[in-house]
Amino acid sequence: MLRVAASYVKSRTVAEEVVQDTWLAVLNGLERFEGRSSLRTWIFRILTNAAKTRAEREGRIVSFSDIASATRNAEPALELERFLDASHGGPAGWWVAPLRRWPDDGPAERLFARETRARISRAIGALAPAQRIVITLRDVEGWSADEVCEALEISDENQRVLLNRARARVRRSLEQHLDASKGSA
Amino acid sequence: MTTAPGLTCKQFVELVTDFLEGALSCADQQRFEEHLAACESCPIYLEQIQQTIRVAGALTEESLTPEARGALLHAFRDWNARS
Repeated sequence: MLRVAASYVKSRTVAEEVVQDTWLAVLNGLERFEGRSSLRTWIFRILTNAAKTRAEREGRIVSFSDIASATRNAEPALELERFLDASHGGPAGWWVAPLRRWPDDGPAERLFARETRARISRAIGALAPAQRIVITLRDVEGWSADEVCEALEISDENQRVLLNRARARVRRSLEQHLDASKGSA
Repeated sequence: MTTAPGLTCKQFVELVTDFLEGALSCADQQRFEEHLAACESCPIYLEQIQQTIRVAGALTEESLTPEARGALLHAFRDWNARS
């Protein structure tokens, strides 16, 4: 929730206030919840309304109609230079350099180290708002695709495009982090 | 490097989430799997995306600062006492 709130408002403090306001509103309004949507979607609506109100007051607003237009301005999942083009003389559309495997990601492994998670957290925070909201709900909070589409009022296809770009960027950031820490080890 | 028919790596990368969500058409699914079997790097890319998803899923317990968590618990106890 904090991550979702943070994609609307400027500071972490304000985002935390929005989350607290949301829980209070949820607790006070729980009796009125009619079960017409899932509880999560209902809470999410309260959260986004609270966040939007704060964002308007701060003069900063991200609307979900921006999300749909963000997906239409097609940007590739990865920077173009990572794939061969005609100027390289090789087969176009192939990786410039072969990928290397990461260490195993059992719970005790390096992939789950605190600094690695901090890196992922920062990478998600640096995404465009639409990508950030979608990857936060899907991969961090574990929502289903249907729930995200319903809550954000976006199509299935939009949801997948945003999620794919977000994952590609976060993967790239993790790769840079693992390469760098390998170099220093 | 062998040349896979159909998809390029660049196209493969764009389709990974569609593949994981089971949203590819039959024809694209087949092209995707053919590329996966023929390419050296793309299976690693797919595995890394899955690793990324798992690590992202491990972030959730840290999403509140201790102060915010404390304030929330306090608010909850107030509410609980009233009802």
